[in-house]
Amino acid sequence: MKIDIILSGVGGQGILSIAAVIGQAALENKHYMKQSEVHGMSQRGGDVQANLRISDKPIFSDLIPLQQADLILSLEPMEALRYMPYVKEAGWIVTNETPFKNISNYPNEADIEDEIKKHKNHILINIDEIAKEVGSARTANMVLLGAALPFLSLPEEDIEDAISAIFEKKGEEIIKLNIKALRAGSEISRNILNK
Amino acid sequence: MQNLLLLGDEAIAQGAIDGGISGVYAYPGTPSTEITTYIQETTDKREIRSDWSVNEKTAMEAAMGLSYVGKRALVCMKHVGLNVAADAFINAAITGINGGIVVLVADDPSMHSSQNEQDSRFYGKFALIPILEPSNQQEAYDMAYTGFELSEKLGYPILMRITTRLAHSRSGIIRKPQKQQRPISLPTNRKQFILLPAIARQRYSALLAAQSEFEEQANNSLYNEYIDGVNKKMGIIACGLTFNYLMENFPNGCEYPIVKIGQYPLPRKKIERLIDECESILVIEDGYPLVEELLKGYTGKGIQVKGKLDGTLPRQGELNPNNVGQAFGFTLEKDITIPEVVKMRPPSLCKGCGHIDLYESLVKVLKDYPTARVFSDIGCYTLGALPPYTAIDTCLDMGASITMAKGAADGGLHPSVAVIGDSTFTHSGITGLIDCVNDNSNVTIIIVDNETTAMTGGQTSSGTGKLEAICQAVGVDENHIHVCEPLKKNIDYIVQLIKKEISYTGVSVIIPRRECIQTLKRKKK
Ligand SMILES: Cc1ncc(C[n+]2csc(CCOP(=O)(O)OP(=O)(O)O)c2C)c(N)n1
Repeated sequence: MKIDIILSGVGGQGILSIAAVIGQAALENKHYMKQSEVHGMSQRGGDVQANLRISDKPIFSDLIPLQQADLILSLEPMEALRYMPYVKEAGWIVTNETPFKNISNYPNEADIEDEIKKHKNHILINIDEIAKEVGSARTANMVLLGAALPFLSLPEEDIEDAISAIFEKKGEEIIKLNIKALRAGSEISRNILNK
Repeated sequence: MQNLLLLGDEAIAQGAIDGGISGVYAYPGTPSTEITTYIQETTDKREIRSDWSVNEKTAMEAAMGLSYVGKRALVCMKHVGLNVAADAFINAAITGINGGIVVLVADDPSMHSSQNEQDSRFYGKFALIPILEPSNQQEAYDMAYTGFELSEKLGYPILMRITTRLAHSRSGIIRKPQKQQRPISLPTNRKQFILLPAIARQRYSALLAAQSEFEEQANNSLYNEYIDGVNKKMGIIACGLTFNYLMENFPNGCEYPIVKIGQYPLPRKKIERLIDECESILVIEDGYPLVEELLKGYTGKGIQVKGKLDGTLPRQGELNPNNVGQAFGFTLEKDITIPEVVKMRPPSLCKGCGHIDLYESLVKVLKDYPTARVFSDIGCYTLGALPPYTAIDTCLDMGASITMAKGAADGGLHPSVAVIGDSTFTHSGITGLIDCVNDNSNVTIIIVDNETTAMTGGQTSSGTGKLEAICQAVGVDENHIHVCEPLKKNIDYIVQLIKKEISYTGVSVIIPRRECIQTLKRKKK
């Protein structure tokens, strides 16, 4: 078992909490893992990414080599495209379709969508809308994580346990909400995949 | 198996805690900040002293004091911080230590969050002390755990060098049993720490004599491994983290002999064996070509040495599995680039940040003074260099805003404005302000006070609540020290205030004060 994931988004969107949940579940499963994150300057609204590598054998590089990622998981559509040089031809792009516009020259949304669709294996989801339906816009990252579940080869219960562990201090309500968001995301991508 | 999922930085912190430190001394700086934060969050301050220092020099010196009484001290900083601490650092190698000291310096090749990519190993070599350079998180933990004992055994501080990639990458860590802190035990030789020339000469000669022992330690170090390979056409030296990029390219094992380096000075015996057995040498190191230059020498004669100097590896930026692979001729079949629709997304000031209101005011003022220049500094407010503000003209090093504004004013520039953050002001701005006062320089100094060290994630700031008092105490006329609140509704007032102080011939200080919205948000949670 070996899976290489690139998580991407804009500083402040919360990709690191997705990474934390997957990482926790991977360790529970006695997998090796390395997770390289961006801290610092870019967290001020710049582009941010994390490289997440999980394997049943020891892992060397903290960085994923070009064209070797199995999955790009992105909270923002243009940010998903920034890591195209890293995804395998048969790899998946799972991304939020809602843009985060904090630059004046943000491209045409349709052009971004067209570009994503050029990659055969892709799932575009309106994460923000689903998060709001679940009950809080702040669960967007867990909706996206849910959407990635079919690709993670980690048991869904373990991901839920990891959410409970990581959000423990925030209380039962928050945990429930985040798990609900996870399930909503997972349902959507499973529906798309089964089509 | 693995139990703790930790960042490289956190692994070092945990290693130092378990290794029996009595204190950590640090000034924040990406990518080193999380080491101290972790110690602050996981230990009791009465057990391990951990508050932030004013700057890297005070940190290094306080650590030397803790060491003087026999206790173990960790010092952390980013690479440019060592420039600030260099005087204390270099001389600490002359005095030597009592309690163990590890100076952890985090380099930032590729300049993810820095103004240069200087390689701290040169400082270790300059100071003539041993350097540790971990290749992964577990080694980072282990080196921090045993580093203090190594320091005590040798009698010298140890430099531990990491890079951003290891600092900010998580992996599983296995802990070792916690060691006791050391009791007070004062130096037996009371002259050891007095660097008068007569004593310093003796100490320096002892340091020179210790070099062979440092090398012997390196020859026997677990972190310097000779890994044999069948193909002797090339021998590889892989320093620190780069070993992983090498192995990533050889998933079934590398055919070439490798010396994996984790402790300096270089293990001469292992390097000589590699040179004897192989036809050429490839040096893989993140940062500057330190090892490569050593092996190549000035003339470049002798065994062929490949690396950054001959273009086998890129001279600038961090290494990665792909550029290391290219050194072996491994290329990708297809070249896939970032699609053209993707635009740059540079960092920017947060919505609602007080710095925005200050810059909007300043830009309005500057319209009326085409000759004005704004000397700035390092922090979130450096983002005022970008549109829509493009309000600042310089950013050199921490504290340089006030001193550069002074020099420019000395040269006849008017208005000469400085913009400096509160944490940067206490880090290295106060001394420059005294220079201004002593010369009665014609400068307008704006200390943007968000009551935190924001750029590095919101650490406490040493001057909070004391800035006006400090300015007054160093001699700024109290009639020319003003505090204002950077809010949209106050912009007209701030514009008038800046104009008024620009027209005053002498030192004025304006302090726009409003809490950072990020720290405010966190408090509300
Ligand atoms: C010598 C040195 N040490 C540390 C840093 C890292 N660093 C850059 S900006 C900054 C904080 C600045 O805080 P402040 O001046 O209060 O400005 P703010 O970010 O809060 O606006 C730090 C610690 C550095 N660049 N150079």
